[in-house]
Amino acid sequence: MYRYIISRILLVFPTLIGAAALVFLLMRLVPGDICLVRLGSGGTSFTQASLASCHAEIGIDRPWILQFIDFLWGLARLDFGNSMWSGKPVIMEIATRFPISLEVAIMATVIAVVIAIPLGTISALKQNTWIDLVVRSFSIAGLATPAFWLGIMSILIVLDVTQAVFGHPWMPPIDYVPLWQDPIRNLSIVMLPALTIGYRYAAVSMRMTRSAMLEVLREDYIRTARAKGLIRRLIINRHALKNALLPVVTVIGIEFAFLIGGLVVTEQVFNLNGIGRLMVLSVQNQDYTLTQALVMVVVTIAVLSNLVVDLLYAWFDPRIRLA
Amino acid sequence: MTLEIAPTPATVPVLVDEHGRTPRGLWGITITFFRRQPVGAIGLVLVLIFGLAGIFAEWIAPYNPTSNDFAAMTEAPSWAHWLGTDQLGRDLLSRILYGARTAFIVGLTSSMVGGFSGLVIGVASAYFGGQLDLWLQRILDIVMAFPLIIMALAVVSIFGTGVQNVIIAITIPLIPRCARIVRSSALAIREVPYVDAARALGYGHTRIIMRHMVPNVMGPFLVIITAFVGQAILAEAALSYLGLGVQEPVPAWGLMLQGGAEEYASTAPWIAVFPGLAIMLTVFGINLFGDSLRDVLDPKLRDR
Repeated sequence: MYRYIISRILLVFPTLIGAAALVFLLMRLVPGDICLVRLGSGGTSFTQASLASCHAEIGIDRPWILQFIDFLWGLARLDFGNSMWSGKPVIMEIATRFPISLEVAIMATVIAVVIAIPLGTISALKQNTWIDLVVRSFSIAGLATPAFWLGIMSILIVLDVTQAVFGHPWMPPIDYVPLWQDPIRNLSIVMLPALTIGYRYAAVSMRMTRSAMLEVLREDYIRTARAKGLIRRLIINRHALKNALLPVVTVIGIEFAFLIGGLVVTEQVFNLNGIGRLMVLSVQNQDYTLTQALVMVVVTIAVLSNLVVDLLYAWFDPRIRLA
Repeated sequence: MTLEIAPTPATVPVLVDEHGRTPRGLWGITITFFRRQPVGAIGLVLVLIFGLAGIFAEWIAPYNPTSNDFAAMTEAPSWAHWLGTDQLGRDLLSRILYGARTAFIVGLTSSMVGGFSGLVIGVASAYFGGQLDLWLQRILDIVMAFPLIIMALAVVSIFGTGVQNVIIAITIPLIPRCARIVRSSALAIREVPYVDAARALGYGHTRIIMRHMVPNVMGPFLVIITAFVGQAILAEAALSYLGLGVQEPVPAWGLMLQGGAEEYASTAPWIAVFPGLAIMLTVFGINLFGDSLRDVLDPKLRDR
């Protein structure tokens, strides 16, 4: 067990270093001189001297391998350099925007789990009935709906409904306040984006719950439990659901990383000042230091959530940790 | 030597009609598919509608998708403009029809290129095994750690926007996802006796791979590239919506939702509603078709 845990944790490092290498490589593929982009972005003229000093500052004049080691060392110390656009340290830019994205992500996960597990279970139990059909359509539609469009539609609906009910349209506020300062205001900001992202997330998890549940329901031990006269609720809760949840946990964990991808578009729709929006801004402004830092942050979250899934799996399923 | 190696059970199509017969010919397969998989057939029809709309946009579209008509800005749906007009007076129906072309070009190209690259990598990785497999898997692991849209954004930040770059940006993250699935199916086939037999008969790698490995991974491969088309269309729409994908004046669904759609949401909701519906219906159709295709090609996954 401990051996598995340790080796699994150690496996994170080569993946992260590889990801860092890929990001490093990608950013070096930028056509032309990164310093020309940087100095020219303000629309100001620059001299050869400032170009040379920029080269020295970034360290482009040194061998690639040294640059890469420097980059890694910076990552290890959480020092991503300064934003090429705002001039502030990248880590500060990210830290101020991180809480709102995290809150939306967590809420979307909660929404997804609350919707997906009961609906997926019911769908499996009532296989091939109209309930199953409705739930499945709901989930296939969830996979097909672009998150940003769902966001626009939900804003539209909120505007129309509030117009009809209160006589004047209401929009959720945009300036973020932490949950503990003003819970109602906070939730009114975060709720719609979380629902928007949560729908797709729920759709994926629902499909997984359904198929895992169907598979488990065909197992011999379920038949045994039924044969010995165990009540249905116990069979479902204690025997079936418990075993069916393993693959569901995997999907939830893996999708958590994709959720951050969903944040990129959804934050744009709702004007939320989170890391997703920051990423779009950084790409638009060709702020390479910020882009590479954000990509690394997202990849790290993805790799860590995969790690958590694997560890949970080992925890739940003794067959894996003993293998 | 005329020793023919028997086809494996996995390559035998599981699409059978009510008499248990396997249909022959494209027409027969289509008819049987429609009968046995009505839901998938609905999906196929949806996809065909949008696909044909994209191909024949020049002939069907009532207006030029890029010409502004400042006398008819943000007009509600009417007989003149079935789906209304946008803030520049452009006909929404025409833009959606042309947008279908962009969506399918990006969706099909990136899923094909990404899928075939993944097929080559996956089969090679499984067939040759050893060090090659080990290293390829590590590299794929790393690329997989990048969520699709994040990878696409990173690629766009380097190469810039536009249809071609969007295709590259979406193709790259699809490759490892396909390679992973193909590899796991191919691994199972590498061990079956007829591959050993082929090896014992002295057939070359190319022949074994092309004749025995590739046909056997076709089932999961077709299922995954179908799913990729939908994912690529969604990714293109998202990138275009962010202003980092297809650029004006090329008509694209994601682009139509950018800017104007939110601003005019309450006064001219049709600007926001229809392009989104087009994306949703197309991807919905692809997913329905993909699900049925999986049922047909992979009996193990039935009832899932």
